[in-house]
Amino acid sequence: MTAPASQPKKVRGEPILAVENLVKHFPITRGVVFQRQIGAVRAVDGVSFDLRRGETLGIVGESGCGKSTLARLLMRLEMPTSGAATLEGRDLFAARGGELRRLRRNMQMVLQDPYTSLNPRMTVGDIIGEPFEIHPEAAPKGSRQRRVQELLDMVGLSPEHINRYPHQFSGGQRQRIGIARALALRPEVLVCDEPVSALDVSIQAQVINLLEQLQDELGLSYIFIAHDLSVVRHICDRVAVMYLGRIVELGTEEEIYQRATHPYTQALLSAVPVPDPEQRDNQNMIRLIGDVPSPANPPSGCRFRTRCWKAQDVCATQDPDTVPRAADPHPSACHFAELREPTSPS
Amino acid sequence: MRGNRPTRGSERKADTVSQSAVQPTPASPTPEGGHLLEVRDLHVEFRTGEGVAKVINGVSYHLDAGETLAVLGESGSGKSVTAQAIMGILDTPPAMIRSGQIRYQGRDLLTQSEEQRRQVRGTEIAMIFQDALSALNPTFPVGWQIGETLRQRAGMSRGDARRRAIELMELVKIPAAASRLGDYPHQFSGGMRQRVMIAMALALNPKVLIADEPTTALDVTVQAQIMDLLADLRRDLRMAMILITHDLGVVAGVADRIAVMYAGRIVEHADVRSLYRSPAHPYTKGLLESIPRLDFHGQQLSTIRGLPPNLMRIPSGCPFHPRCPYVQQVCVDVVPHDLVLGDGRTSACHFAQEVRDDRAR
Ligand SMILES: Nc1ncnc2c1ncn2[C@@H]1O[C@H](COP(=O)(O)OP(=O)(O)OP(=O)(O)O)[C@@H](O)[C@H]1O
Ligand SMILES: Nc1ncnc2c1ncn2[C@@H]1O[C@H](COP(=O)(O)OP(=O)(O)OP(=O)(O)O)[C@@H](O)[C@H]1O
Ligand code: SF4
Ligand code: SF4
Ligand SMILES: [Mg+2]
Ligand SMILES: [Mg+2]
Repeated sequence: MTAPASQPKKVRGEPILAVENLVKHFPITRGVVFQRQIGAVRAVDGVSFDLRRGETLGIVGESGCGKSTLARLLMRLEMPTSGAATLEGRDLFAARGGELRRLRRNMQMVLQDPYTSLNPRMTVGDIIGEPFEIHPEAAPKGSRQRRVQELLDMVGLSPEHINRYPHQFSGGQRQRIGIARALALRPEVLVCDEPVSALDVSIQAQVINLLEQLQDELGLSYIFIAHDLSVVRHICDRVAVMYLGRIVELGTEEEIYQRATHPYTQALLSAVPVPDPEQRDNQNMIRLIGDVPSPANPPSGCRFRTRCWKAQDVCATQDPDTVPRAADPHPSACHFAELREPTSPS
Repeated sequence: MRGNRPTRGSERKADTVSQSAVQPTPASPTPEGGHLLEVRDLHVEFRTGEGVAKVINGVSYHLDAGETLAVLGESGSGKSVTAQAIMGILDTPPAMIRSGQIRYQGRDLLTQSEEQRRQVRGTEIAMIFQDALSALNPTFPVGWQIGETLRQRAGMSRGDARRRAIELMELVKIPAAASRLGDYPHQFSGGMRQRVMIAMALALNPKVLIADEPTTALDVTVQAQIMDLLADLRRDLRMAMILITHDLGVVAGVADRIAVMYAGRIVEHADVRSLYRSPAHPYTKGLLESIPRLDFHGQQLSTIRGLPPNLMRIPSGCPFHPRCPYVQQVCVDVVPHDLVLGDGRTSACHFAQEVRDDRAR
């Protein structure tokens, strides 16, 4: 295949998606006739990162920290309050018409709930082929049915099941259907929002393996949103930890899991139950007190300070940037970033 | 705390009988008897429009005073239905208990009248659920809901019930408990709601607490808080606990023993350490191998092939045979019994010993 001159050469590891200071505030209004804004939910509040070609970037954090909102922004299902993002150098939020269609084709989404994200009245063939209706320019030249069967085969489902309905499939199989649909337009980036959270462990492993295998074969780049830190460690090359709309720490799988310097990351990791009864007493756990504050009213200075056991006066006044720290050169948003002693085993 | 035990006549009597004499049952298959709670060979079906689903197919497990038993299994394996049968809150129909016993302090609850069972619920055995929001009544303040249980079941006056409700909310570590009595469930965070539900379950000082996926809907940091709370309460109040979960990590952290369910049967039963060290059923082994681990960065995950069975058409012989890497002809033909492996371990597999000793993991 000869690439047109304008198309840049695709090098593994170079940034394919760049996100710069992305902000999404949802207004809180009061009044029925004359609505006035009385505040805002700061769902995403200044997020920056790169996604590199061929990698899996994990996004972790507790419920409500803004993971899904970030995904919806990247899919352009929401417009940002401010900030920018580029996909292969093209401005994601300025794109219109044909350019927007091309961008959308190139970035697809896999959702958490395999039960509600598929239309129950459509056959599997129609569900997987639906993207070709929306993007006829990307429809296969030959038989559409053959392409759908190829996709079914690719995700490990029997091509003969093309005329079945979603309810005739199990949760794991439905998730495969969702993945096949996302792959129909040959995207380069998949945004997966909790793709295995609703599945049983034995089925979860099948879907994780499938995602890894497809990435190898098709050279895909993944944004992988999850709250299960063990799953994320398994599948991700790099990990971003979010808290109240911010990325508080960003690093390679090893940097985050072995050399975390942000107290929140350290607490999050230590709270994960380890499936080994022998380690019951030597897990050296950090217990956070209280709940996550409301994103409508985040604490001043460092957002984590209301739950942080290391907080000092400066934490209430100075918002720490997510920048490399002396303790370890990966970005961490803590004035007192330091490695945890003693570091966890393994 | 125990001083607040309700003092109505019928209850008193039942208690005395059960505590003074744990009657040996002539027909008992287990000679030791005398467990606090014991489910014996329970069979439950569901009649639906599409046919009969054999949901519980001979479940047996027991619980002794003060211990924590984990019941682990994937979605649909029958964990909650068994718990509902113990509580006497199964909807019959569509459910139908075909056979079996549920013995509490030696008495078979399944032969008791609804009135007798009502006396056991809450005061002897209490249950908390995964989804606190739907388990609590959204239209009443939480203090009132806790108090209502105390007024209705323990015959407390308004003032006493109120004081006790505050005590209970403090017990489950809800900050500023007294000032939150008037708040409604939706005004609490997920973790705090779970605490409210635990407070309600503890209101009548049960001896057994059944926790059905108590932390599944919560974030890990909150999950850790709730698991700590449950462990502390269990110890301080000397309760026994059945912890229902699908999370092998949670089990490893708190349970003494574990019963693994598959297709409505306990397929393996062991103390927690032995089970993680050397699982003796291929299903348990498969589960342990298919979970990604936080403590090391593994290679490809191994998987259990295929899908859990359709409970209307459970496979012949061993129900796990279509998915089992150890399968032989005998597995297709003959239902495996519980093989006793010593140390109180059992495994419903024809090749239990082989599997246990097969360390190629
Ligand atoms: N359309 C909306 N209008 C108002 N607030 C919203 C909207 N969408 C999300 N939010 C709020 O923004 C915050 C972030 O929500 P988001 O769904 O992105 O979180 P999340 O990290 O995906 O959480 P979860 O793990 O529960 O899926 C939450 O407080 C949420 O209530
Ligand atoms: N009211 C009902 N009518 C028909 N079938 C039911 C009913 N309640 C439960 N079942 C069936 O009984 C089986 C066991 O259900 P149960 O709720 O005990 O599973 P579980 O092990 O608790 O699973 P989960 O982890 O999803 O909670 C399932 O196949 C379920 O579909
Ligand atoms: S900046 Fe201060 S409050 Fe924030 S995480 Fe670091 S020590 Fe804690
Ligand atoms: S009885 Fe046979 S099929 Fe069943 S678990 Fe054992 S080896 Fe596998
Ligand atoms: Mg989300
Ligand atoms: Mg259940």
